[in-house]
Amino acid sequence: MGLLERGARSLLLTELLSGMGLTLRYMFKRTVTVNYPYEKGPLSPRFRGEHVLRRYPNGEERCIACKLCEAICPALAITIEAEPREDGSRRTTRYDIDMTKCIYCGYCQEACPVDAIVEGPNFEFATETHGELLYDKERLLANGDRWEAEIAKNLGLDAPYR
Amino acid sequence: MANFWTGYAWPTVITAVEVVIVVVPLLLAIAMLTYAERKVLAFSQLRKGPNVVGPFGLLQPFADGLKLLVKETIVPSGANRVVFVIAPLVTFTLALVAWAVIPFDPGVVIANINVGILYLFAISSLGVYGIILAGWASNSRYAFLGALRSAAQMVSYEVAIGFVLVTVLLCAGSLNLTEIVEAQRRIWFAIPLLPMFVIFFISALAETGRAPFDLPEGETEIVAGYFVEYSSMTFALFYLGEYGNMILMSAMTSVLFLGGWLAPFGVAPFTWVPGWLWFMLKIAFVLFCFLWVRATFPRFRYDQLMRLGWKVFLPFSLFWLVLTAGVLTAGGWLPQR
Repeated sequence: MGLLERGARSLLLTELLSGMGLTLRYMFKRTVTVNYPYEKGPLSPRFRGEHVLRRYPNGEERCIACKLCEAICPALAITIEAEPREDGSRRTTRYDIDMTKCIYCGYCQEACPVDAIVEGPNFEFATETHGELLYDKERLLANGDRWEAEIAKNLGLDAPYR
Repeated sequence: MANFWTGYAWPTVITAVEVVIVVVPLLLAIAMLTYAERKVLAFSQLRKGPNVVGPFGLLQPFADGLKLLVKETIVPSGANRVVFVIAPLVTFTLALVAWAVIPFDPGVVIANINVGILYLFAISSLGVYGIILAGWASNSRYAFLGALRSAAQMVSYEVAIGFVLVTVLLCAGSLNLTEIVEAQRRIWFAIPLLPMFVIFFISALAETGRAPFDLPEGETEIVAGYFVEYSSMTFALFYLGEYGNMILMSAMTSVLFLGGWLAPFGVAPFTWVPGWLWFMLKIAFVLFCFLWVRATFPRFRYDQLMRLGWKVFLPFSLFWLVLTAGVLTAGGWLPQR
């Protein structure tokens, strides 16, 4: 490109104007924003969100206090205490997850032999205090009752790949 | 006593009412400009922009203003309190007083003075004081750096703006803004003086500290520049002043180059629209260009900014000034008085 052409180009601001033309074209393109609180993007069945403790259809809790999840948890977020129940079955007396320690790796649900602890599809559980994020067994079971339908569906969808 | 009423008090009341009539819509326009800026930037980046507060997010600027209003004004312990508070007031006031000479329609102007353009030039030069005072009084490194950058930048680009104004004056033959607009009845100055129009627009960007010349407040280097230490209403005043200056510069561009209140063509469908509306539309168009430029270009480096001001715009505008003067004299087109 000769000196003359370069000079003419910079004097006529061709590059600047073509750049502005590009932004102008973009102004009329469709926006890609997901209008979040009102519309949400799709979630994979494998999505790892808030933890739940599930129950069997007859209402019996699934967890058998094997403590595999506690053992595998890399963030040491899970604390379990267990003793035999009156009917002799092995159950937890305490099942706590510190949600502020959890790194949502999903190892707990992989380790669980009875699909008791599962990371559900819920990711909107922000709270105003730290204490509210220290989940106990009661809270986890309540989560399980609340999200059971979706979790069962997601596990079913993922089953062929396991 | 009658003299006092008719000669002094009554004109004061009338002027005060005129000032309110101009300033209130201006403040509304500033609010809408912040909204428009966010929308234009959003759309050029394939986003939606504010859309929650009110229909299409139209009430967003008022929500922002309310938020700033209820916040605490923090004065840093090392700051010079008096100057610290005065600085945003200076910026804001200067952004408003310049509107006294802007003609909205034939005769619709608060002060139709004969040196209107000099007045505008003086006011826009004074604008740098608010910034320097703020940077100095904050007693903060970032604020001081921002203020120094801003001062150097404004001084550099005012030289180019000065030459552009002189060129327009040569063509119009008057310093009165109303007469400058009337002189464009045949053809808008933007067409014969296109290079000067471009220089004026770019210098206006630099003068108001807008992207790509927003070095005084370059977020990546000096946080927010001269108003880092400001919060709450003092911050809001700076913000209002900055956007007020943008609107003022757009109004100047419209008056000097785009024929102010004149319709683009003097034929039927265009003359139905009232003059002040044409003026508003032109201001809105220039403002859109301000935002459009911001959406497009990255920030200049400081030495590039200085190079552009002193080594490109100054000689170029000087050359074009001499050329215009020569052509006007040779062609015998100098405006006759």
